[in-house]
Amino acid sequence: MNVLYKKPESLTKEITIYCPGCGHGIIHRLIAEVVDELGIREKTIGIAPVGCAVLAYNYFNFDVTEAAHGRPPAVATGIKRCLPDRIVFAYQGDGDLAAIGTAEIVHAAARGENISVIFVNNGIYGMTKGQMAPTTLPGEKTTTTTKGRDTSYHGFPIRVCELLATLDGSAYLERTELGSIQGIIGTKRAIKKAFNCQIEKRGFSLVEVLSACPTNWKKTPAEAMAWIRTVMANYFPVGVYKDIKEQV
Amino acid sequence: MRKVLLTGCEASGEGAISAGCTFYAGYPITPQNRFTEYMSDRMPESKGVFIQAESEIAAINMVFGASLTGARAMTSSSSPGISLKQEGISYLAGCELPAVIVNMNRGGPGLGDVTPSQSDYFQSTRGGGHGDYRTIVLAPWSVQEIYDLTYLAFDLADRYRTPVLVLADGMLAQMMEPVELLKTKKRLPKKNWTLTGCKGRKPRSIKSLFLSPGVLETHNWKLARKYQRIMEKEQIYNTYMCTDMDILIVSFGTAARISSEAVSMAREQGIRAGLFRPVTLWPYPSGVLNKISEKAKKILVVEMNCGQMLDDVKIAVRNDSRIFFYGRPGGGVPTPEEILKEIKRI
Repeated sequence: MNVLYKKPESLTKEITIYCPGCGHGIIHRLIAEVVDELGIREKTIGIAPVGCAVLAYNYFNFDVTEAAHGRPPAVATGIKRCLPDRIVFAYQGDGDLAAIGTAEIVHAAARGENISVIFVNNGIYGMTKGQMAPTTLPGEKTTTTTKGRDTSYHGFPIRVCELLATLDGSAYLERTELGSIQGIIGTKRAIKKAFNCQIEKRGFSLVEVLSACPTNWKKTPAEAMAWIRTVMANYFPVGVYKDIKEQV
Repeated sequence: MRKVLLTGCEASGEGAISAGCTFYAGYPITPQNRFTEYMSDRMPESKGVFIQAESEIAAINMVFGASLTGARAMTSSSSPGISLKQEGISYLAGCELPAVIVNMNRGGPGLGDVTPSQSDYFQSTRGGGHGDYRTIVLAPWSVQEIYDLTYLAFDLADRYRTPVLVLADGMLAQMMEPVELLKTKKRLPKKNWTLTGCKGRKPRSIKSLFLSPGVLETHNWKLARKYQRIMEKEQIYNTYMCTDMDILIVSFGTAARISSEAVSMAREQGIRAGLFRPVTLWPYPSGVLNKISEKAKKILVVEMNCGQMLDDVKIAVRNDSRIFFYGRPGGGVPTPEEILKEIKRI
């Protein structure tokens, strides 16, 4: 009998806390598959964020550390500079990366730190039950924008890939989406490219994944996936924003 | 033994390198700018890593990352910068990660000024960040001692898996004195908890999050037992002229050094003064101070603040009626004459 599909070695048997339709479980699996395929499980060190993925160290079957809210790029910097031959990645949500940790991500990219960042953009604070995120769309309703995000009052969403693309230190930046099967396959391909970018010492890599939070979006998982494709991706266009081939 | 002329900032950096420190991240702030500048040259020279961080917060979190790989790691700053680092210090304590943080104390609160102060005693000894934790605090009074105590700080940090603070001030940071250098440590303690990739072992995690009922309580009691062991084993103090003494000065760091001069002047005038100097501000040498203070008719606490260590002296002595205070806050530095005047006044 041929095994066509099994749990990656890089995932533990732990059952996740994630809601039905949440993107975290998919992204965890994609990372685990990539780590397995690259044969780097025993030299990978992950950084779990503050947010719904805070327990990521229970789900990944390799070394994972906690980090304070927003600080994974700084922690990753410390790890990678001490252990340059290990594969170091930070897993961050939109509040973590684009609000409280904006300085850390911008400067890690500006320094060209040879780390990878998986940036989960679902446009909302999931764990704290649905407040406005730095990536909440104009007009989108959250528990702190109950009438919808009024850009004249709350300001505008941040497009992270476009922002980081202006920095010479960033080597590979891509935005993908989990609203379609092709998008999921594309996300895995992007994560693999990011890890390869690090393995080849080309510098800072980040994959921004448009991901669903059906619970706080108050949508069914299917509606949430459709919303990623038809609404979110309009404001946050998917695509490659940077892909520098040479080694830094 | 090699003897060199160094500023306090440089001596602390050299102490770290001698102790096997291979990672420094920092951010410029007066009066410890020389520290970051010095390490930018010296870390690469000693095969270590230097990073000028984008912020104090990033610097302490880089130290967090370096520490969890097993590297001896440090950062330095001055008061407002140390306030920003408190988030990271709390995480280091919670995750039981060793690290050394040097504070060249300047006047506060707020932006304050850039002159020497001891106003961060409370912040250093009472936790500083959030949560139920302690940090070892070492208070040097000379450039040599900055070197020695920074060196010691790394051993204590590793032994107890906890952040250690070196609390000096803007004067000690910038003054130059001869320093005897130790040989650089070659053999560092083995660590069986680091994250280095799970080759040949089960995956590990570093965390301070314990959500299940009762687990954080158990973790906090474990930390408390560790702090108890530190209190029992790691108290350091100095005494000067305390064998036949009527007036006991209790003082630390720069204030203690100036006070020792005042004690000598008092002795020349026939006043039987003595000095008790805690070197560890936490654990505070309360038991010894209690015993020594029994002989004193009066106790004068001298600090470069409005009276912070005063609380610990009151706890140790348990008799407020004999305790007096002389302080110079906001960047004021007392002269020996001023202190002598106080000795005569009380």
